[in-house]
Amino acid sequence: MYHFLVRRILGALVILLIITAVTFFLFFAIPRDPARLACGKICPPETLELVRHNMGIDEPVFLQYWHWLAGIFAGREFTYGHCDAPCLGYSFVNQEPIFDAIVDRFPTTLSLTIGAAVVFLLFGVGTGMIAAARRGRAADKIASSASLVGASMQIYFVGVLATWVLVDRLRVLERPAYHDFTADPFAWAGGLLLPWLVLSIIFTANYTRMTRSSMVEQLSEDYVRTARAKGMSSRTVFLRFAWRGAMGPIITIFGVDLGTLLGGAIITEQTFSLHGIGELSIKAVVNQDLPMLLGVVLVSAAAIVVFNIVVDAAYAVIDPRVRLS
Amino acid sequence: MTTPFLSVRDLTVAFGTEDGVVHAVDGLSFDVEKGTTLGIVGESGSGKSVTNLAILGLHDPAYTKIGGEITLDGRELTRASPREMERLRGNKVAMIFQDPLTSLSPYHTVGRQIGETFRKHTGASRREARDRAIEMLRRVGIPHAASRVDDHPHQFSGGMRQRVMIAMALVCDPDLLIADEPTTALDVTVQAQILDLLKELQDQSGTAIIMVTHDLGVVARTAHEVLVMYAGRAIERGAVREVLGTPRHPYTWGLLSSMPKLRSPVDVPLVPVRGTPPSLINVPPGCPFHPRCDYTELAGPGLCRGERPELAPHRGHGDACYLTPAQKRTIFTEQIKDKL
Ligand SMILES: Nc1ncnc2c1ncn2[C@@H]1O[C@H](COP(=O)(O)OP(=O)(O)OP(=O)(O)O)[C@@H](O)[C@H]1O
Ligand SMILES: [Mg+2]
Repeated sequence: MYHFLVRRILGALVILLIITAVTFFLFFAIPRDPARLACGKICPPETLELVRHNMGIDEPVFLQYWHWLAGIFAGREFTYGHCDAPCLGYSFVNQEPIFDAIVDRFPTTLSLTIGAAVVFLLFGVGTGMIAAARRGRAADKIASSASLVGASMQIYFVGVLATWVLVDRLRVLERPAYHDFTADPFAWAGGLLLPWLVLSIIFTANYTRMTRSSMVEQLSEDYVRTARAKGMSSRTVFLRFAWRGAMGPIITIFGVDLGTLLGGAIITEQTFSLHGIGELSIKAVVNQDLPMLLGVVLVSAAAIVVFNIVVDAAYAVIDPRVRLS
Repeated sequence: MTTPFLSVRDLTVAFGTEDGVVHAVDGLSFDVEKGTTLGIVGESGSGKSVTNLAILGLHDPAYTKIGGEITLDGRELTRASPREMERLRGNKVAMIFQDPLTSLSPYHTVGRQIGETFRKHTGASRREARDRAIEMLRRVGIPHAASRVDDHPHQFSGGMRQRVMIAMALVCDPDLLIADEPTTALDVTVQAQILDLLKELQDQSGTAIIMVTHDLGVVARTAHEVLVMYAGRAIERGAVREVLGTPRHPYTWGLLSSMPKLRSPVDVPLVPVRGTPPSLINVPPGCPFHPRCDYTELAGPGLCRGERPELAPHRGHGDACYLTPAQKRTIFTEQIKDKL
């Protein structure tokens, strides 16, 4: 396990290095000049030159990348001030260090992700299990059709509709907003309840379908038949045998989904005006804010890579045939 | 006449499918006595596994209709409650499946898989179950049982896995052991070892065994009685020596001739019985074997096509064919015998 982790983490670092480098060079392939944008409408050549220098984009690209990398470990000095390590650069658009901006936004995204994940995992897997246990019967048919409908929903549509009905008209839910968890957990949960539910709809539907099909497949496996043939109760057969086998694919997808969501649920954040990583990344693209873009790309990529490792480790725990080497 | 230990009477198993009702077993009767082995042979799809799963009550009642009677030690099983069947399975009746790799759970240690059966039926503690598992592994001849008990099935070879499977099946000293092609997935030397092991265990405990196989060699080696199945029915039955020595049904002749001979080169293709088994959905009237039979004219015009021949209900060597006993004897001695 130890060797596995070391190897995978080293691998992950290489991947992150490649991803940020590619982002960096791709950005410079775009024939637009961020200094021009920053400089404003009337911009004499010498001012532009100065802005370029201050932003650090008058140097060769690979040198810039090097500075960016070094900054993560050593911090950086800008004309605008000092940027402590880990320094992911400075946003000239937002006038703040990237790291601070991300630290500021991350709790919102994390809260949104965790809450939604709990909801869709519980409901999705739960419904899928019930459907599998009652396959072919009414409960299964209802669950299957409902999940088909759910899977074809669009977040922005459901989100706007739900806000209008539940918040504006019926007033049963609070208007979505982020409140600090440590200050007031109830306000935190209240403000995120609607986004959690809406974001969960599509996921719940997918997890229902996935769990059902995975369980049905396992239930026809030989070893499950053996378990029944030796007198295990149908409950034991279902939970201890079939579910054990069905878990693998679900965990894989769950890891991917968590990683993706932590990189920012862009549409959900936009729909509910939440200020998370997703919003940050949209702004970074719109403003051509390279340092910010790099920052959010790094966060998203890191989240996905980390959950990949977690999933693989979980696999080894579930299935003794999987060897971590 | 005492009642037999296991008695199956007029068993029918029908599955509701999208294409129609599949009559997988259709009026099957047989007995098995304690301490004896019944071999069941027949082509693929003849209903061998379906019969065994019916004895264990493992068919999904949602789309399976079971008729007839299965009596084990005086208890009727087709109408037993799910709970009763649960208590019976793995306890009084145990089953060994064909492929030990897929039939054992890859997620649990063999000790746990053996032990949990024991715990379920005896209420033993975890410790006792573990000790029992080790004892069983030892009994089926797994070396270093005490240390291998915590291994997973994938860490064993095919033959060892099947031994684990047998250990699991026998952990509660069942009265009836159903072995559904227990050696098909194994190579020949291992096959022989497993069959010897089963025989030895039977001698020790007096278990009744149903041995399902494609392989008449396995039957000759292990069984006392044999039942030849075709399209969900028994078409010949009797003591092994009689059925294999003087077979009476044309289908059995075909089966026997299709057996690979010991002395023939290994890669001589198996000559299967001409034609294919009938559809089990719209079963035609008459003898189910008549479309493939070479002797329908001999039996008398229209007879084979008209009504289904019944297997004589008495015990001993019997078959379901319209040929007269004299005809069968003549055909067998003149045309079949030398080919075997
Ligand atoms: N659950 C089921 N639903 C529908 N049809 C089934 C089902 N189980 C078995 N059958 C059909 O019943 C017939 C008998 O199957 P069975 O498995 O008993 O054959 P078998 O004699 O064991 O063959 P093999 O030697 O290949 O194991 C086959 O035609 C099969 O397709
Ligand atoms: Mg079979």
